This record gives sequence, C-alpha cells and structure tokens, in this order.
Amino acid sequence: MVPIAYYLVLSAILFSIGVAAFLIKRNIITVFMSIELMLNAVNLTFVAFAHQWHHVSGQIFVFFVMVVAAAEAAVGLAIIIAIFRTRSTLNVDQVDLMKL
Amino acid sequence: MTDVAQVFRILPEVILTITGVLIMLGEPLLAKNASRKPLGWLAVLGTLAALFASFWQLQLPAGTAYFGTVQTDAFSVFFHVLIAGIVLVTLLVTLDAAGRDAESLGELFALMCFGAVGMMLMSCATELLLVFVGLEISSISTYIMAAFRRKSAKGPESAIKYFLLGSFATAFFLYGIALIFGATGTTDIPQIAGLLSTSQVPVFGVIGMAMILIGIGFKVSAVPFQVWAPDVYEGAPSPVVGLMSTAPKAAAFAVLLRVLYTALPALHSHWQPLIWWMAALSMTFGNLGALRQQNIKRMLAYSSIAHAGYLLVAFTALSPDGIAAASFYAASYAVMNVGAFAVISHAGGMDDRLTLIQDYRGLAYRSPLLGGALAFFLISLIGIPFTGGFFGKFYVFASALHSGLVWLTIIGLVNSGIAVYYYLRPLVSVYSKPVHSDLLDGIPRVTVPLMFALLITIAGTLILGIVPGRVLALAKAGALTLQSTVSDTTTAVK
Repeated sequence: MVPIAYYLVLSAILFSIGVAAFLIKRNIITVFMSIELMLNAVNLTFVAFAHQWHHVSGQIFVFFVMVVAAAEAAVGLAIIIAIFRTRSTLNVDQVDLMKL
Repeated sequence: MTDVAQVFRILPEVILTITGVLIMLGEPLLAKNASRKPLGWLAVLGTLAALFASFWQLQLPAGTAYFGTVQTDAFSVFFHVLIAGIVLVTLLVTLDAAGRDAESLGELFALMCFGAVGMMLMSCATELLLVFVGLEISSISTYIMAAFRRKSAKGPESAIKYFLLGSFATAFFLYGIALIFGATGTTDIPQIAGLLSTSQVPVFGVIGMAMILIGIGFKVSAVPFQVWAPDVYEGAPSPVVGLMSTAPKAAAFAVLLRVLYTALPALHSHWQPLIWWMAALSMTFGNLGALRQQNIKRMLAYSSIAHAGYLLVAFTALSPDGIAAASFYAASYAVMNVGAFAVISHAGGMDDRLTLIQDYRGLAYRSPLLGGALAFFLISLIGIPFTGGFFGKFYVFASALHSGLVWLTIIGLVNSGIAVYYYLRPLVSVYSKPVHSDLLDGIPRVTVPLMFALLITIAGTLILGIVPGRVLALAKAGALTLQSTVSDTTTAVK
C-alpha cells in the first residue's frame, strides 16, 4: 500500500506549482487554471486524510469543493469575457488602468 | 429539536433566499424597459423581515441545528443583524443611485440578498464545510456585483482582480481546512477545539491555522494580503463598494473569531504573534497609503485596510473583552463606512461621476444635508468622541492595554493621529467655497430611499457613540458564548 505521506507530498507539490503559476503566468486563463490546480491539490489532500481517518467527511468536502469550483468557473469565465470585450487582450500586464 | 423547528435557526437565511429567488423570477416578467425599482423594494422588504427574524432569534435558547452545523447564539445574532442592516442600507442606496437607469438592476438586488445569505451562514456556522460554502456564496455574489459596470473599462478589471485574488485566497483557506482535518480527523469547530487542546499540537494543525489566516487575511484585506482592495474599490459601483467593504469583512471577522477562539485556542501562542504583525502592518500601511490618494474611493479603500488593522488589534487581546471589542468595532466601522459610501453613491451615481476629492469642493454649500452627512461620517472615521468610531477604537485599545499589549496600542494611537490628516482633506474640500462646477450641478435631488439610508446610518453612528450600552452588551454576550463553547467541549472531552 502507498503510504499517506506520498499523497500529501504530491498534493503539496501540486499546490506549490499552482501558486507559482498564479504568480508567474501572464495570461488570465492560465492564471485561472492554476487556481483550479490548487483546488485539486486540496481535494487530493482531503481524500488522503479521509482515507487515513476512515472518515467520509473528507470525501464529502471534496464534492463541495468541486461544485463550488464549477460555480466559480462560470462566474470567472464570464468576467474574463467581459475583460476581453473591453480590452481585446487577456494579458494581465495590460489590464492596468488602475495602479497602486 | 424537531425537524421543522430547526428551520427557525436559519430563518433569516431562508427569508433572504426566498426573496432573492422571487426577484429572479419576477425580473423576466417585467417589461424590458420598465424600472426595476419594485424588485428593489421587494428586496428591502425581505431584508427588513430577515432583520427582525434575526432579532427574534435572541429569544431562542442558544443551540445548534442541522447536525451541529449551525449555531444560533448572541454572537451569530449580532452579526446577522449587522449584515442585514448593511444590506438594507445598500439596497436603499442602490435604489437612489440608480435613479434614472434602473432597468438592469434586478440581478443586483437578488445578488445582494444571496450574498447576505452567505455572510449570515458564515457567522453562524460551526462546521468548516458550512463556513466554506457560506464564504463562497458571499464571494461569488460579490465578484458579480463588482463586475456590474461591465461596459466601462474599469468595471471588469476591478472584478477580475477581485475574482482571481479571491479564489487564490479561497484555495489557501481550503488547504488550511484540509490540514486541520488531517490533524484532528474532523471539520466540526467545537470538536477540533477538544481534540487539539488535549493532545500535543500537531504540525499540520499549525500550518493549517496559518493557511486559514492567509485566506481570511485576503478577504478582510489585511496587510500583506491587501493589494487588491484599492483597485477593486475604485472600479466597482459605489453602492456595491459600500457593501463589500463592510459586510463580507464583518462575516470574515466573525469566522476568524470563531475559528481562532473556539476551534484553535490551543494554538494561540502560534497565531497571536502573526495577528500582532498583521494588525501593526495593516494600520501603518493603510494609513500611509491613504495619505497620497486623490480618488476618494481609493482613499477609503486604504482606510478600510487600516480599520481592518485596528480590528485585528482586538484579536490579539485574547480576552472576552477583546472579542466584544472586535464585534463592536466591526459594527461601528460598518455603519460609518456604509454611510460615507451612501453619500458618494448619490453624488457620483452608478457610474462614478465624482471621483476626486477636489470634485467634492463646496458640496456642503450645494447640499447642506449631503455635505453635512459626509463630514459627519468622516469625523466618525477619524474617531472623534460622540461617534461610533470613537467608542470602537476606545474599546479595541482598552482591551489591548488590559492584555498588556502596550506597543501595539502605541502603534495604533500614532496611526489614528496620521489618519486625521487624510480624513480632513475631503472634509475641508466639502466645506470650501464652491467653484462653479458642472459636476456638483449634476448631483440629483435627495430621494426618499437615500433619506432613509442616511437616517439609519447617522442614527446608528450616534447611537454607537453616545449610548453604546445595549450593542456592547450583545457583543459581550456573544463573546461569552464563543468562549463557553470552548470550555464545554474541553470538559466534555476530558
């Protein structure tokens, strides 16, 4: 049997990749995808811990995360379309009308 | 408790959900060019009903429902009433600001109701799953509201910044929950407390706590997670900014109080220094950033960062007084900030005609009511006695001093001094001799909904500043229920 630590390390790596991509990538769609990657890393952690504790609540949490991620994607893509209509670009560096 | 009676524990949420659904159903039935104001008044009615339902919940004995996921107690009632009040004023302000072009507002009214449901669930949830669902209901509603001016260039830009950073924060919050679930095997807040206080503190628990702190830090725009606030506030419609700078933050602070004091008191030696630094940096950065802002909405955004810092000071006090002070401060900040945005929304309309501080020059001569109201809210934001802002700061710093946090109190007081300068700039501008300006001439007449909104916020600020006793008593009762949950569960486990 694969020890639980492997799953935790994998999900930590996935989460870190998501964070790094969020900070580095310049295309809004890619940035958005990196958030999805982070959420899926969390899901993996939940499933691993649910297995460890022999408790379904972790798996139920995963369902909720997936549903919420779908709702977020719907809203997020709608906002991205609105951005594209007003700017004709999806580069985050060019979405800078307001500066600090 | 029987199944039917459980509904009373979430009565305000149920009322607001039904109101939102009715608005969504009614919207397509109206003619295309018809005004959406009737829907707005329906939302106002629903919110009023939810407000009274929240008050009525005080008569219920404190207790849980739905398998221990929801808990109604003085703490939840305090935040329910606060959130319902903020949404009520925001709806009135929107009805006023939308004045002439009220055709596309059906969704906005419904989203405000749905968002309020999410925030209310956050403040009464005792299960991290429900906290997460509530947080997302409130966040997704506010993302859409921020994008409401989708034809202008700034609207979608503000929404995408809010959306991306908000989802980023949510992922951290979730990872934190997952790690705490890993450390304890449960996501039930009172049970977590029992499991953590009786065993060695596991490393997953500490990392999970830090992750949750990051997630909530973004939502309340505390330094170093504040970058989104000024841009989002600048681009979103003013009535919506009034809502999202207060209600979701109050709900997030309620979650933070419940998580830190009920679930994770065993880790307080770990989270207290983190919150100390977040508080000190938020106050300093917020106030220094506000000094050089020319746009009044950006200035208030930085001021909201600073106020989040003052509020976090109360968190570090680790006492029931601190919890009560934090709740009280959330209420007093909400009342005065929503009031200030009511004036700005009326003056600028939904599309922000008046944005710069100098645009407000001579407002008090054009309209003594609007100018006076704005000046009053700014004075309260400074924290002059006889306003809610003063007592809020007083209780926060008093609770910090009682717990021996001298340095944090000094930082806070110095910051309150700095803040006077930038709040005085719009104040001076409002009472300066008017120059002839088309912008001021364009300000419409004060309407009935705005009168009500100003009446509620001014009365609220005065009540919190002159006779704060009853509000403070409710906040203190709430603080005690938070802590009693802790002792109950720890004794039960032992």
